[in-house]
Amino acid sequence: MLNRRQTLQQSWAVATLLGAAGFLPFKAIAYDKTAFDAKSVNGVLKALGASAPVASPDMTITGPEIADSGVSVMVGFGTTLPNVKRLLLLVEKNPSALVASFQISPAVDSQFSLRIKMNQSSDVYAVALTQDGKAYFAKRDIKVTIGGCGE
Amino acid sequence: MSEASRIRIVPAGNNATVRVLMNHEMESGQRKDGNGKVIPAWHIQDVTVLLNGKPVLTAEWGTAVSKNPFWQFTLKGTKAGDKVTIQWKDNRGDGRSDEATVGAI
Repeated sequence: MLNRRQTLQQSWAVATLLGAAGFLPFKAIAYDKTAFDAKSVNGVLKALGASAPVASPDMTITGPEIADSGVSVMVGFGTTLPNVKRLLLLVEKNPSALVASFQISPAVDSQFSLRIKMNQSSDVYAVALTQDGKAYFAKRDIKVTIGGCGE
Repeated sequence: MSEASRIRIVPAGNNATVRVLMNHEMESGQRKDGNGKVIPAWHIQDVTVLLNGKPVLTAEWGTAVSKNPFWQFTLKGTKAGDKVTIQWKDNRGDGRSDEATVGAI
């Protein structure tokens, strides 16, 4: 008879093996505090172990040219690149650069919209991380009249 | 427990566009109260989308997602009657799970 601890250990071992072998189709990634605390775009990518991002015409980022208020800025971002595992949205001049990270599965189109806060006028980056560890980006300069993080 | 997320699903062919409005303060951790004390960050941290009970999309959010987060994504290969579940958990451990059904076109 297996006791509870042994059962748990064994199922964890099996899950780890399956995951390592790529059998688990989709695995959630735990909230990465280091990445979310990073101050710059490069700091975030370093925290996530990504290589230096390359500008790509297959990445899109849309948003207003000028946002009256940084409290709520609607941004669209996406990619048509294959084998993308994560899509990141970053604001270079926010107190912390990383806004959101999405893990894509084949059941989801890699196009998103999200309302975000912007502290001041800044470049906004969409970054795709692919299965083979490469990073691609597109950026858009969004001007903000009144910042939306402090005060 | 906070209010339910509002989920609107617009089917188009084999795809479905999902719009979600969540109810959350999304306190940035940058603001100060009247006494000059920093108001601690309080934000949705983990988001999971399930299609018919199977996870198809997860996300991690920081403090720069707007108050009462609004977002949109598209599911592929959906049909009428499919169940879409949207779950979130914040950095205090509170969370919600709300469900909507893909309608007929």
